[in-house]
Amino acid sequence: MSTSANGNGAGHGSLAATRPTEVSKLDRVVIRFAGDSGDGMQLTGDRFTSEAAAFGNDLSTMPNFPAEIRAPQGTIPGVSSFQVHFADYDILTPGDRPDVLVAMNPAALKANLADVPHGGTIILNTDDFIKRNLTKVGYATDPLDDDTLAAYQVHRVAMSTLTQGALAETGLGKKDAERCKNMFALGLLSWMYHRPTEGTERFLREKFAKKPDIAEANILAFRAGWNYGETTESFATTFQVAPAKLKQGTYRQITGNTALAYGIVAAGQRSGLQILLGTYPITPASDILHELSKHKHFGILTFQAEDEIAGIGAALGASYGGALGVTSTSGPGVALKSEAVGLGVMVELPLVVIDVQRGGPSTGLPTKTEQADLLQAMFGRNGESPVPIVAPLSPADCFDAAVEATRIALKYRTPVLLLSDGAIANGSEPWLIPDVETLPDLSVEFASEPNADNDSGEFWPYVRDPETLARAWAIPGTPGLQHRIGGLEKADKTGHISYDPANHDKMVRLRQAKIDGIDVPDLVVDDPSGGKARVLALGWGSSFGPIGAACRRVRKLGLPIAQAHLRHLNPLPANLGDILRSYDKVVVPEMNLGQLALLLRAKYLVDVHSHTKVAGMAFKAEELQNLFSEIITSVTTEAAK
Amino acid sequence: MTAIDLGIPNLGGLDLVPTTDEPQKAKDYKSDQEVRWCPGCGDYVVLNAVQSFLPTLGLKRENIVFISGIGCSSRFPYYLNTYGMHSIHGRAPSIATGLATTRPDLSVWVVTGDGDALSIGGNHLIHALRRNVNIKILLFNNRIYGLTKGQYSPTSGQGMVTKSTPMGSVDTPFNPLSLAIGAEASFVGRAMDSDRKGLTEVLQAAAQHRGSALVEIYQNCPIFNDGAFDVLKDADEAATRLIPLRAGEPIRFGPNQEFGVKRGDWGGLDVAKVADIGEDNIVVHDPSITDTSYAFALSRLGDQNLNHVPTGILRQVERPTYDDGARAQVEEARAARKPDLQGLLRGKDTWTVA
Repeated sequence: MSTSANGNGAGHGSLAATRPTEVSKLDRVVIRFAGDSGDGMQLTGDRFTSEAAAFGNDLSTMPNFPAEIRAPQGTIPGVSSFQVHFADYDILTPGDRPDVLVAMNPAALKANLADVPHGGTIILNTDDFIKRNLTKVGYATDPLDDDTLAAYQVHRVAMSTLTQGALAETGLGKKDAERCKNMFALGLLSWMYHRPTEGTERFLREKFAKKPDIAEANILAFRAGWNYGETTESFATTFQVAPAKLKQGTYRQITGNTALAYGIVAAGQRSGLQILLGTYPITPASDILHELSKHKHFGILTFQAEDEIAGIGAALGASYGGALGVTSTSGPGVALKSEAVGLGVMVELPLVVIDVQRGGPSTGLPTKTEQADLLQAMFGRNGESPVPIVAPLSPADCFDAAVEATRIALKYRTPVLLLSDGAIANGSEPWLIPDVETLPDLSVEFASEPNADNDSGEFWPYVRDPETLARAWAIPGTPGLQHRIGGLEKADKTGHISYDPANHDKMVRLRQAKIDGIDVPDLVVDDPSGGKARVLALGWGSSFGPIGAACRRVRKLGLPIAQAHLRHLNPLPANLGDILRSYDKVVVPEMNLGQLALLLRAKYLVDVHSHTKVAGMAFKAEELQNLFSEIITSVTTEAAK
Repeated sequence: MTAIDLGIPNLGGLDLVPTTDEPQKAKDYKSDQEVRWCPGCGDYVVLNAVQSFLPTLGLKRENIVFISGIGCSSRFPYYLNTYGMHSIHGRAPSIATGLATTRPDLSVWVVTGDGDALSIGGNHLIHALRRNVNIKILLFNNRIYGLTKGQYSPTSGQGMVTKSTPMGSVDTPFNPLSLAIGAEASFVGRAMDSDRKGLTEVLQAAAQHRGSALVEIYQNCPIFNDGAFDVLKDADEAATRLIPLRAGEPIRFGPNQEFGVKRGDWGGLDVAKVADIGEDNIVVHDPSITDTSYAFALSRLGDQNLNHVPTGILRQVERPTYDDGARAQVEEARAARKPDLQGLLRGKDTWTVA
């Protein structure tokens, strides 16, 4: 293994370890930073992740925070956490359970303790374990004094006091100094795991460029945390996780929402079309708007509309004019946009509709994840109104999925639903940066000539490409091709208003046939047993990670299992039916009540086993491992009878 | 939050739209579709006026787009041989906003009605007006829902008996011009469907205006609300009710110009006899007054019974438009930074696996 100049290796970084400690080598570690919403846990986790990335580990992250901007301080609902899983091999999930929990207050401990396996490490900020805080979360006695933590390796660190002490001479007020305690925690963990530190110091200097005293205070706190580990003897062991042997190439860390926004930028560049994002802020999709609004130099217009409907309306108006209209939202917003999506289906214009799914129904769980908008995407409009659906399977895959959604929208002149979700939107992982030259050419040809198949010399907007069934797209400003389109049923070819029954029947079927005929790649099945597997685990969207991790574990136990993952939900890959029928059992885990399973049963008459969970959190690899093992065993037993 | 001086360019409404020297006629703007409004509908008159007026703009026909919502008036685009979209209920201003923002070379028009614009699409209307997107909105006000066959609309008067209000409507109606002015509209005008000359004048000015223009057109529905504006069409009645507005002229009306508009209490305007107040106290119309209070006061001169109805251009002020501003930011960003997709994807912190 070798890495780049900004690479890795123990002791790399501006802080050097000198005290001899026992160094334990691990293949993977899961750390969860937990504290109050105002404690800066997201930033802390994010920085630790960047250090792991810079070191060359594979990684996956899971932020978890309340919907309230500042929930009442010190309460369980106010707990914010960030979990990072890093390893010396390619990993698929942010980890089921934290090996290490950093708890900045009693609420953080109480909210997260059940997830830590016995024997796990807990690092506590003892300064916050005062009676008032304990009472607030229902601890009758101090868990530091009773046997609550008997089964764990506990490190008690007075982080607030130590941070204030380290900053005593900076002249910073007590409150401001105390706010740097998250960097103290980061410093300590960075020491424990031999992380490179210069990136964090550089980051802090840049972040607080306008407030150099705050930058220095944070750096001081960060170093104090490192030095605390180095000098006190309460930490006898440090841990090393070697860089991962990932596929050759240049990597960066990326979240799903950023990757998705980049995919839209790339689609604009590769199509040569101006992008207009028409949108309305909504969790967890707003970051797509924030990101795209930074890239105006790519010719991207971002329009923050008065509501969800105006967002998609403007996007469709832009597409009508020959730009690429994009709208981004979450489930409740899709509900509002439905009528306009239907108009897009009728006027057959390209449109990318991004749905970053969250817990529902209604306002539901804005900051938690779910995959329960599949049927809404599929059927949530009046009339026969088919739209293609593409779903990314990981944060980095959001880039490719956005490019693919755009490709379909432009080639087939149709709205496309892009179904991301909260887990991959905010989660991050390393991304093998693509060479832009290898991205597909998305250029489109606008109609420029009359196309009527009689001698009228007219332009008929609903004359179709015989292969794709896409209609001719003439944009305003094209001389001689003036025409009118709209939501009323169209006469075949001419596009004039038509109430003719036979024509309507024909047009409904044509629109359906166009979507059914979209070129989606065949589904690829992963089965390292070489075809011995009798059980197929089939998923879609963000559950790719836990399903994949569970399949690996099951295979390690000697049980063969095949895995396949759907990125195209409409149309489904042509070979899917044959694949489903070739297994004794197909297991479909979903974060909903069985929406894909319903579609598969209806379309293929296959008795798939639906496994569902709607807890606002991703599946754990462990629970799927148990599920798969049980099913494989029962199928094997059945076969032996 | 930081505020930045945007330095948005100020142009005429059609300055970026390509023109043609080829003479155009009204019939060039007639599409091949059979017009399907009810016999006697006011929409015919408006359609004819628009078809006759568009050639006078001298624009390339392919650079004109009409976008409508849902309702009787929203069939309008089908009958005009320009580009057009018949969209969904109330949403035409948002679609037009996306189009106008990405295509400065188009003259974009919205055709809407009192239900489409003021009920289901009220939100889009006020936001399009406040943003001052370069679109022209023609609001056909017949004070009734026609396409759904006769329910009261947001401009129907209180007490009006309709299919859905057999005991009379208890709703308070909107005054569309007051609403538009309250939403900071930069151009607000009103015309009668039957007044070809007045309508054309307002349309001309709206077309040339850079920014959102709202033109309310009183339009008769012969089936469900016939005669709603008869008092404005009867010559004697009209003389005492219609208040024609002309920039730079004192606001006078009446069979013998005996009435005028004077400053009233609370910053409003009132109608008075010229003989009572003296000619010097008649307000001289100035649509370019930046403060919305003046135009708002004009819009409040009458009530739902059409006792006083100002027509013409109430307000026409210059202010930056949303679409010019949005495009200027793109241009500014482009001038400052070359688009480098590979560089964007790489970002700042990368590592290489060999």
